[in-house]
Amino acid sequence: MKKQLLFKAMLALSAALILSVAWMVSQRSVKAAPPSESSITGTVKLEGTPPHQRPIDMSKEPACAAVHKANPVTTENVVVGTDGGLKNVVVYLSEGWSGPETAVSSTPNWEQHGCQYIPHVMGLDVNEHFKVINSDPTSHNIHPMPKPGGPNHEWNKSQPAGAPPIDTSWPAEEVAIHVKCNIHPWMSGYMVVVKGPYGVSDDSGSFKVDGVPPGNYTLTAWQETYGAQTQKVTVAAGKPATANFTFKAK
Amino acid sequence: MRTQTLKFITCAVAVLAFAGLSFAQVTEYQEDQNLGMEAHAGHLTGHAKSAAMNYRRYCVGCHGVLGDGEGENAVWLDPKPRNFTLATFKCRSTPSGTLPTDEDLFNTIGRGLESSNMPSWNPLSSQNRIDLIAYVKHFSDRWKTEKPGTPIEIPTEPEVTADRIKAGQVIFQKLECWKCHGVEGMANGPSADTLTDDQNRPIKPFNFHDQTRFKCGSTDRDLYRIFMTGLDGTPMPSFADNVKPEEAWDLVFYLRTLQPMHTKEKEIAKQLGLKPINPNAPAPASTPAPQPQTNDTKPQ
Repeated sequence: MKKQLLFKAMLALSAALILSVAWMVSQRSVKAAPPSESSITGTVKLEGTPPHQRPIDMSKEPACAAVHKANPVTTENVVVGTDGGLKNVVVYLSEGWSGPETAVSSTPNWEQHGCQYIPHVMGLDVNEHFKVINSDPTSHNIHPMPKPGGPNHEWNKSQPAGAPPIDTSWPAEEVAIHVKCNIHPWMSGYMVVVKGPYGVSDDSGSFKVDGVPPGNYTLTAWQETYGAQTQKVTVAAGKPATANFTFKAK
Repeated sequence: MRTQTLKFITCAVAVLAFAGLSFAQVTEYQEDQNLGMEAHAGHLTGHAKSAAMNYRRYCVGCHGVLGDGEGENAVWLDPKPRNFTLATFKCRSTPSGTLPTDEDLFNTIGRGLESSNMPSWNPLSSQNRIDLIAYVKHFSDRWKTEKPGTPIEIPTEPEVTADRIKAGQVIFQKLECWKCHGVEGMANGPSADTLTDDQNRPIKPFNFHDQTRFKCGSTDRDLYRIFMTGLDGTPMPSFADNVKPEEAWDLVFYLRTLQPMHTKEKEIAKQLGLKPINPNAPAPASTPAPQPQTNDTKPQ
């Protein structure tokens, strides 16, 4: 009798465990990947002395200047973190991807905060929706400028303080779309629109490209100042592949 | 015997080369398939083919043979002539990022562009002008793959009142028009000197204090349309997502008080003793609860 009770308790516990794992998987940004899909991880580093980043004078916008009182803000053309890790590098599959049209559907936020774009560089899948948010107490105009004459088209919309988010997407791949705000000329950021999954390097330069089926790929790493680097990578079923990039400071 | 073979081969090569050359010419001619482009405005239908002569006569000097805005006069002009191959246009009734309607373009060449070297082409017949619009469109493939956006709706203009002008001033402050156009509309706002267009060329904001006519027209409806759809390719954004039609009219009335000519709005502002806004004052009360919005081409 006691054994049966224990068995029942174990059953309930394992059911709860499975449910919670399923919930965690469903919460992940990338669509739940079939078990055969793998990932590519690695680190992007910068060799040499990074170029000087100019301080940004936001005195014309006191509300934004106040946000950065403690930590003076600089340009973000090259951001090097711990151990020479290069931040804001977008890593994606430039060749070999044959997955669905829009594989990633995480709806990331493109936030205007303290008169800066957060993130400064955003990866996007073709047709993946993103939200433009203004959390500043001031107006911004959001002005993405794709290559003129290309498949993506320039637009320019005002987003006053307290305005609702703008939900939109890009119909074609483009590395990279420069975004600026004409009211605050120091504001600059990039949207990198690619086909399939992507990863963006963090403070330590590490990135992870999720949802990659087994196969041979060309992996490209793009950085706004140094441009693109590529390397071949082979992904085996269920085994994460590793790829590292090193950019040289000019 | 051998020389004969050689002769034969030379002949064959010559014939082939000639055929190849003439074929190349044929393909080059066929490249301009876009000349079948049409344009429609009202009861008029324009054909690009019919405008080739007029384009060469009147437009090519600035806009160039290829429509890329690199005509021989272009170096002397500021602002630069429009590059039709990019199909980006300032004066639209359609949302930012979409193609203008044929009628928008037809109105533009009829009216000319204020503060630029683009004159009014009304001396040409309306048929000639609509043909030219078809010709302007033939320079970009975008017209073949995309439809123009849905024009924004402009409700009937309400009666000007003192309350509306005051409300317009609040909107002028809230939307921060003054950041570029200046607190008195003198184009001297804090961001005015840093503005560039989409080709990274310096560009000035509109000076309400000096100018009577706007880039895309001179009527109240034109002014309404300009700030609601924005001027694509310039720093002027679209405000259609965040300004309701009633508020837009209020803003039109307030902007009229800043202009140099005598206006009814200016008279009312004078009676009110309306002072320019104080940009350092706290922002006016914000609008009602935000509603979700998209970047679609739907009119607001």
